[in-house]
Amino acid sequence: MAISREEVIHVATLARLGLTDEEIALFGEQLGSILHHMESLSELDLSGIPPTAQVIPLRNVERPDEVRPSLPHSDVMANAPRREDGCFRVAPVFEGP
Amino acid sequence: MADLHELTIHDAHDRLRRREISAVELTRSVLEQVDRRDGEIRAYLTTTRDLALAQAEMADQAIARGEQIGPLAGIPMAIKDNMCTAGVRTTCGSRILHSFVPPYDATVVRRLRGAGAVLVGKTNLDEFAMGSSTEHSAFHVTANPRDLSRVPGGSSGGSAAAVAADEAIFALGSDTGGSVRLPASFCGVVGLKPTYGRVSRYGLVAFASSLDQIGPLTKDVTDCALVLSAIAGHDPCDSTSLDWPVPDYARSLVPEIRGLRIGVPKEYFVPGMQPGVEAAVRAAIGKLAEMGAEVAETSLPHTRYALDAYYIIAPAEASANLARYDGVKYGLSLDETGDVFAAMERTREAGFGPEVKRRIMLGTYTLCAGYYEAYYLRAQKVRTLIKQDFDLAFQRFDALAVPTAPTVAFRLGERISDPLSMYLTDVCTVTVNIAGIPGLVVPCGEAEGLPVGLQMLGPAGGEETLLRVGYAYEQSRQSRRRVS
Repeated sequence: MAISREEVIHVATLARLGLTDEEIALFGEQLGSILHHMESLSELDLSGIPPTAQVIPLRNVERPDEVRPSLPHSDVMANAPRREDGCFRVAPVFEGP
Repeated sequence: MADLHELTIHDAHDRLRRREISAVELTRSVLEQVDRRDGEIRAYLTTTRDLALAQAEMADQAIARGEQIGPLAGIPMAIKDNMCTAGVRTTCGSRILHSFVPPYDATVVRRLRGAGAVLVGKTNLDEFAMGSSTEHSAFHVTANPRDLSRVPGGSSGGSAAAVAADEAIFALGSDTGGSVRLPASFCGVVGLKPTYGRVSRYGLVAFASSLDQIGPLTKDVTDCALVLSAIAGHDPCDSTSLDWPVPDYARSLVPEIRGLRIGVPKEYFVPGMQPGVEAAVRAAIGKLAEMGAEVAETSLPHTRYALDAYYIIAPAEASANLARYDGVKYGLSLDETGDVFAAMERTREAGFGPEVKRRIMLGTYTLCAGYYEAYYLRAQKVRTLIKQDFDLAFQRFDALAVPTAPTVAFRLGERISDPLSMYLTDVCTVTVNIAGIPGLVVPCGEAEGLPVGLQMLGPAGGEETLLRVGYAYEQSRQSRRRVS
């Protein structure tokens, strides 16, 4: 019933979530039993039932494309862990030339 | 005469208007109560004492100038710590936002500040509102004021406990699967989850965007109506907010429910429900019939699938929403190697607690290629069926009356190591979020010496009817108390 260690590691990688060895074992077991509980939904015949993503009677909410005041730059950057030249500083994502 | 911190909003407002008390006196009384009680209850993560006294002073000045003050002017409030407060730390009960100071106010906070309400502080919650007991906070647990060995419910446990212990006159919580209504029931206060879109979510830190809604926690139904009137309404900053007109909810407080059709869906009286809880809820429903409501049993056949659908949909949305905590723009950031993906994994490993990790894992799993159809798509189809159940029921009934939870407040530590048993706590509350309808919880007596809440459900936009039924019920209890 538990999901495999490899599967837990695969999902954690997709979620960019570091896990300890204990967490990998624990989540394998716990997710297995939670997913097992959710199999109750397969009792239902859902053919022809459309999915519902949201419940309000709104479609394509638009607003006029007008320039409005926004937060001062310094406020936006105030919580940034690393800054440089008024920008967020991040580690390189692409390999150099 | 009651101590000032024990007052309701409407009582305090009357005394402020008649200049019998000042807002500063009222605020001091609440702050002193926080000093007395919060050492053992621990409802607050942050208190804003100086800000509160400054805001109270402003309310007093308005009164001194002879201005007509609104119902919330000078009233001390608590805000769940997942709503942004400009200049005041907002943690979501998480290490990852441990020192986050928002540059702006959530729309609800802006509206309440505009109405003159006084911010006492930010309240404890399960991390990112994921939990039913407030034990999943990264900082500390909160105790139930009625019995310190028990949980206050969650995830808005700090807000409910603050109101129940008179450490705030009212509070805001957020409700994704019962997080306002469950703690209201466990702590013996009034809690409302409004219709999806009724209250702006702008500045509410997102958990599950199609389910989240902000609602009041108050000492009585009148206060609930007053707070809802202040926070409801369209907000251009939240494209899912409804542009329906906002009624003056206080006008729906009429103690008259004769002829109102109230359904009692049998599926909510689940196996394993504590007999005392069922008895208290059934007695409250009997009282509604006695007052002239037409009460009839009914069935919402897909109710029993709601919990599983919820625990697929909510973690799936959460796993996407929480992708933003990458250590770049704000929050905790651990970059030891200079590798961008390793930095994200380390930041999130150290920043998130076990329940948040579990839900990110669960949500990522059910959205994976190969599992999407079996879990997420299936849950969304069940969502359609649950909504159809309610649509049919509300053709026959004006409101439904059900329990809020199968049990009274459980003991601290009792369910923390068994996630599935914690999830089952929400079995009577998740349906409302799935269908986007409003739910109001009103105290209806006790079982095992602890509070029980009657939950009333209405169609989308049905808040006025719920408040009317809740008010009528509350009045009947108060008049009985006066007689005895």
